[in-house]
Amino acid sequence: MKCFSRYLPYIFRPPSAILSSSCHAEADIISTVEFNHTGELLATGDKGGRVVIFQREQESKNQPHRRGEYNVYSTFQSHEPEFDYLKSLEIEEKINKIRWLPQQNAAYFLLSTNDKTVKLWKVSERDKRPEGYNLKDEDGRLRDPSMITMLRVPVLRPMDLMVEATPRRVFANAHTYHINSISVNSDYETYMSADDLRINLWNFEITNQSFNIVDIKPANMEELTEVITAAEFHPHHCNTFVYSSSKGTIRLCDMRTSALCDRHAKFFEEPEDPSNRSFFSEIISSISDVKFSHSGRYIMTRDYLTVKVWDLNMENRPIETYQVHDYLRSKLCSLYENDCIFDKFECVWNGSDSVIMTGSYNNFFRMFDRNTKRDVTLEASRENSKPRAILKPRKVCVGGKRRKDEISVDSLDFSKKILHTAWHPSENIIAVAATNNLYIFQDKVN
Amino acid sequence: MAGGGAGLTVGTGPAPSLKRGAVGEAGEGAPELAGGGDSSGEAVVLQLLLYGLLLSSMGEEEGLRQTQLLDTMFVRGLKRKCFDGEEDIEGTLAGIKAIPSYNLQRQSLLDMSLVKLQLCHMLVEPNLCRSVLIANTVRQIQEEMTQDGTWQMIHTQSTGQASLDRLVSTDILCRSSREQAEGKHVSGYSAFNKDFEGDQAQDSSETMSTASSVQAPRNLQSNVWEMENPQENKGNFQKSLDQIFETLENKSPNSVEDLFSEVDNSYYDLDTMLTGMMSNTKMGHCDGLETFSSPTATASNSNFKSDLNELDHIVEILVES
Repeated sequence: MKCFSRYLPYIFRPPSAILSSSCHAEADIISTVEFNHTGELLATGDKGGRVVIFQREQESKNQPHRRGEYNVYSTFQSHEPEFDYLKSLEIEEKINKIRWLPQQNAAYFLLSTNDKTVKLWKVSERDKRPEGYNLKDEDGRLRDPSMITMLRVPVLRPMDLMVEATPRRVFANAHTYHINSISVNSDYETYMSADDLRINLWNFEITNQSFNIVDIKPANMEELTEVITAAEFHPHHCNTFVYSSSKGTIRLCDMRTSALCDRHAKFFEEPEDPSNRSFFSEIISSISDVKFSHSGRYIMTRDYLTVKVWDLNMENRPIETYQVHDYLRSKLCSLYENDCIFDKFECVWNGSDSVIMTGSYNNFFRMFDRNTKRDVTLEASRENSKPRAILKPRKVCVGGKRRKDEISVDSLDFSKKILHTAWHPSENIIAVAATNNLYIFQDKVN
Repeated sequence: MAGGGAGLTVGTGPAPSLKRGAVGEAGEGAPELAGGGDSSGEAVVLQLLLYGLLLSSMGEEEGLRQTQLLDTMFVRGLKRKCFDGEEDIEGTLAGIKAIPSYNLQRQSLLDMSLVKLQLCHMLVEPNLCRSVLIANTVRQIQEEMTQDGTWQMIHTQSTGQASLDRLVSTDILCRSSREQAEGKHVSGYSAFNKDFEGDQAQDSSETMSTASSVQAPRNLQSNVWEMENPQENKGNFQKSLDQIFETLENKSPNSVEDLFSEVDNSYYDLDTMLTGMMSNTKMGHCDGLETFSSPTATASNSNFKSDLNELDHIVEILVES
């Protein structure tokens, strides 16, 4: 099991926030974290509709121990709060998901979405500017024509690096319900956006049309018992995607079979364990996240208490099940009472698909090594970590005797939940969002 | 309201914690309480009202005990002793006496879920997934209570011992019909779903288009369903929910709040099913909701008559007397 050290404690704290030990600005709560395809950039979205992009420093020979720190690269306001006048409801500006496009030129492109609108942002650098205009002076004011005696052609001169983000496309008005997922297709020409009841397919170039490819809205809304919770394209097959539901099922669909993919090609569901049945069985079986492995052979799903790995070729049960925090099973009623049972945790693969990671409460996050079957619980907190220190594994004790360093279930802080994490595509660098703080941990350097 | 402070906060308190003593403490500010955290004054008043009514109907001490036992009960996975055909009746009786609060705790869960569904109305935009999951939980409880035959028993719970006896007798009845329907138990839930809506279709003309086949050996359940005309039952409300449902009669149709809002014709469909019983409740107690602009009347009028029928039907089911 790799050891993770706290290489650099990046605390994501925009200047407007007032942070004290017991309260934080709600708009700063991080709602999504995503590395780009090379791992050079790390994007975060927050509840206030802002996107902050971090860039990894180039490694320098002079300072080998400062291995690739992440610094703020760009900050911009992606979404603003809106008001739906027809329904008299506010539309939150919270960024639900960010997905990067693969880099095709010098600029970076990403999709960011709130509940209703997807936007394509272009992030580009500018390090030169033209100087010496003929008709206007350096301030931009028009020069007096009578003063112009010579022709002057502007020349590009270097300037301080400026990173600017511009919205290139706005994909709006296609979702009645809240968008929970976006996924870029492997053809890099299309992407899909999924809300509670429908999934739409977009072309990046066309903003006023989208194809509806999945629709599970019943004719009579009174019959509604299941919603879509997450969706993702296959990493290599541009015709294949999966979507998960609130009943703990995953459907794999092939877009070649028909325009409306209401009939699934594969249906993944684990039979219910009758001994564990309770009134909360359905709620805790609701899948909060689904992710393809990088290889495309497996999918990973996260429900309230477990992470499951499925083989695409076997539909009747997962091949691996990992208990994230089974000690909560006896507390489900309290967690239902305080709504924590509806928390949507995400899960991620590492670059080689050998380790999976997901978050928990009390700022804990868990990693499971699929090969060695070992797992570890780590904590993302300022108090417990010193720079360059190795993260100490944590343990939750269930029974009576609590050992030193263990924490009992009743002492867990359920307001400190790690819902969003990301893993660098090729290296052992992880980004963990703990409410309004972003932690970046790296593998120990030997 | 001492009983209500024991640990039954619903999402509006400070940092959620499983410590019993944490209720009411000003703990770490945690504004993001996963959906249920809207703490408008009206919401708090409504919750206190409902829980006060619930606990007063149960008796305060017993209510306290019930909430403290909630977690313990659900640990067991809610094994329903009266459906375990292998246990003899005596064992079942002993089981009931050992966990005499099972039905009351289930009732607490039902009430909690209904309050949560109401809170959905108060949020800026309800989280559809959460609402659907809560609604499914409510359906599940209702189905089990119907199969138990305890729908009839709700109004006698406050009488304590007497209710236990009636529970027992119901249990015996339940077991006999259950044995008949034993083969259908596993699919009971999903079948119930269709049956529930099938019954509704019989009662109200406009809404349900699909009416699946009704299970044959449902002697007890069919008695419960068809026992009383919804119209007749209008006046018979459980004492503890009486105040709430009184407002039902007084409000004008146009102020019906929508749970799963959408623009097209199905504007009210899920609302009538899941929240019709409660929609007027919150209007009665939450003036803040009056600021929500009511949807256009055009879509509502044609549906509302059927909605009202369903409303009565659902109320009858909940408050069966």
